[in-house]
Amino acid sequence: MAEVTVGQHRVESVEGNSLTRLLTTYVFATDHKIIGLQFLFSSLIWFFVGGLLALAVRWQLAWPWSDMPIFGSALFADSGGQISPEFYTMLFTMHATIMIFFVVIPVLAGAFGNYLIPLMIGADDMAFPKLNMLSYWFMWPAFGCIILSFFMPGYGASSGWTSYPPLSVFAGDPQTMWILAMLFVGVSSMMGSINYLTTIIQMRAPGMSMFRLPMTIWGMFITAIMQAFALPVLTAALLMQLSDRLIGTGFFLPENIAVDNAVATSGGGQVLLWQHLFWFYSHPAVYIMILPAMGMVSDMIACNSRKPLFGYRPMVYSITAIAGMGFIVWGHHMFVSGMNHVLAMSFMVSTMLIALPSGIKVFNWIGTLWGGRLHLNTAMLFSIGFVSMFVIGGLSGIVMSAPPVDIVIHDTYYIVAHLHYVLFGSSVLGVFGAIYFWYPKMFGKMMNETMGKFHFVLTFIFLNGTFFPMHFLSRMPRRVADPYVYEGVRDLLPLNQFMTVCAMSMGAVQIIFIANFFGSMIFGKKASRNPWNSNTLEWAAPSPPGHGNFDFQPKVFRGPYEYSHPDRESDFFPQTEPRENRPGHPGIKKRIEETEKVTLEAQNPSP
Amino acid sequence: MGRVWSILFFLVPLAAIVTFLLAMFGVGPLKSAWLPESLTATGDLIDRLFNGIHLLAAVILLGTGLTIGFAIWKFDHRRNPNEKALYIHHNTKLEVVWSVIPAIILIVLAIVQMEAWEQNKMDRPTVSMGGVEVPAPPIVMVKAKRFGWEFYYAGKDGRVETADDVYVENLLVLPANEDIVLQLESRDVIHSFFVPELRIKQDIVPGMTQFSWFNSRKICDVEIICTELCGWGHYKMKGLLRLVSRQEFDQWLEEQSAEYLPELKSADSEPITP
Repeated sequence: MAEVTVGQHRVESVEGNSLTRLLTTYVFATDHKIIGLQFLFSSLIWFFVGGLLALAVRWQLAWPWSDMPIFGSALFADSGGQISPEFYTMLFTMHATIMIFFVVIPVLAGAFGNYLIPLMIGADDMAFPKLNMLSYWFMWPAFGCIILSFFMPGYGASSGWTSYPPLSVFAGDPQTMWILAMLFVGVSSMMGSINYLTTIIQMRAPGMSMFRLPMTIWGMFITAIMQAFALPVLTAALLMQLSDRLIGTGFFLPENIAVDNAVATSGGGQVLLWQHLFWFYSHPAVYIMILPAMGMVSDMIACNSRKPLFGYRPMVYSITAIAGMGFIVWGHHMFVSGMNHVLAMSFMVSTMLIALPSGIKVFNWIGTLWGGRLHLNTAMLFSIGFVSMFVIGGLSGIVMSAPPVDIVIHDTYYIVAHLHYVLFGSSVLGVFGAIYFWYPKMFGKMMNETMGKFHFVLTFIFLNGTFFPMHFLSRMPRRVADPYVYEGVRDLLPLNQFMTVCAMSMGAVQIIFIANFFGSMIFGKKASRNPWNSNTLEWAAPSPPGHGNFDFQPKVFRGPYEYSHPDRESDFFPQTEPRENRPGHPGIKKRIEETEKVTLEAQNPSP
Repeated sequence: MGRVWSILFFLVPLAAIVTFLLAMFGVGPLKSAWLPESLTATGDLIDRLFNGIHLLAAVILLGTGLTIGFAIWKFDHRRNPNEKALYIHHNTKLEVVWSVIPAIILIVLAIVQMEAWEQNKMDRPTVSMGGVEVPAPPIVMVKAKRFGWEFYYAGKDGRVETADDVYVENLLVLPANEDIVLQLESRDVIHSFFVPELRIKQDIVPGMTQFSWFNSRKICDVEIICTELCGWGHYKMKGLLRLVSRQEFDQWLEEQSAEYLPELKSADSEPITP
């Protein structure tokens, strides 16, 4: 990031001594790329923490009440290294909280949204750079609250990531920290989403109409709309729960309720109200956690198939439909909650219908692969892995959208299987693919392909080994510290041990990724501007782009998916390239000359 | 290398379906996985839906999975180095086909499942009272608490929440081959009453009264599982449900009330329900 004075752009960070420069360039940065990387690094660190929590959960399910390796003796000196049931409830609560709010949402919207939006629409930065910086720094109070809660009695919140009252209202102090953390995350997301919406609407390069936007940007755009509409509801609900806990209101507490020896001072509230408000946010959040990944996967698949994305407009309409319908399906989390049983039927119908646009997306991805010239690099493999796992997650979604079937599998490991196929199998594989794909742009170096492929194949196998058998545990209740107290579950212990071994192997495999990620920064091959021969705008900028992104004013002449155009020699047609060699900006002219020179040389090799 | 990847993706639907069949027919390590034997007619209906939707899912998984694997096999760029990819943007006919067919399937699915839901959650059994069909009264009031189950049996008056209720903890004895209605209430936080064999699950929400019903065709012992996180001791919240003949049930209830009621009377007939 040495060239802070690229072109006509801002030169703000040149002033001051080296320390201020360091702080303004890398720490309190307003550059969207640095903020994106900050989100990326903090999510990767939390991914590691969340993963360790998951492994501890798996340990207890495979070898219940046995001494936990490595951490056991330090954490539970008095019990000789065993997990306590209190600790177990904390483990799954914090695993889900961290993975959802600190990893998947920030890495998709925060990291890739920030990094890619201005680059892919041809802007020099976000519409509100300072707001953007704040949106990252509002994550830190949330991190602080969660870290602090790990050192409070109970070692962290333990009411489940759904935090259903009255349990959560009567829970210990870490729950307050949890609520505060969620509030800060919400504020951060809200600032991000307003910024994304404004940027995408206002700052597109000349010629970049809405229907020339790459799917990644459509995914981010729709996600930002969903966040803007759903988050206020969660924020309100969190504040209501906070006041139930701290100042004795009774939004979620009925009359005469007592838990252990604590008696609520007020009543008259409704327990189910929280569930409605919570899922009104958290169901759209499920789509917030996958639509950006769907967008990125669409771009990676089209580019690596060297083929136009099949059904671009149906793809756009189906994510819009998913977002719209995403707001009227929340009740499918509450089929057996005591909600009106007639209402369950209407939620069932809307849930069934949301499978339709998801299915259309899958068929269009397969349509894109069909007849392509597939370049099976790591990013492509992760993208196809995404599609393949999304099919499984989507199909199990149809199974559980049927309320009578949900009676049996609700709150069992079947649900755990489904959500991990969607969140890990799809979103996380999509994120891995995106890291391999955009790494050259982010760091100017190529990642190692061999290591990448090993990372893919092992992750893919162990992920299925961990989560597929969960479909068969439809009589094993979730969130239970020792499910083997139930006779019916006892026979499933060997299967659980197999899953734990797979989960631990999957954790170990990520070492390959970490080594590749950091090793490539040093040893990686230098990346050219456009290593994947992609059409979208970010590849017209230098790798990595300097402050202000482009060294020329990008102009857009066509949609992002003009691969293998029959009239052209090369199999791609960048969005910035004019059809004829019109007198354009010197930057474009120079690049066209360069391309022509290379083509000529290839055609007439000098003796 | 392309072939290897194609085989990997071929394996996804194949492995999934093999394990699916193993679980469905109860073979090998998946012998006791999936659902236990159903004891009720409504449960059979749910099982048919469960298996039917899974079979449909298996067909779709096989179709999409094999197509993905085949596409990788056939369209690897190294196998066709001199040809360009097809330049197709969309195919409206195809889009319509793959929107309309799933839509029809989903609508049919939505309609066929309503029956089972209605039986399980909406059509409470009725009894004839003076020529009028009224909802059958609950035979037991279940009070869930951290971390156990309290059962209050309707005494001689046939109604729960009266002074002659019979109280038993963590053991629910009920007659088989009869419509049973349970009244579910919570003392503190949310719990959930789940009996896998009867295919009933109902969250028990403080401040609300729920009802659940079933008619078991078999005499046996099954487990009551709490399936809503209720605190650190959630895992301990296990109950036993013994389904017995009517005769045995009457006898058992008689014993229980004989054991329990004198105690109650000496305590000055204090109402035992909250």
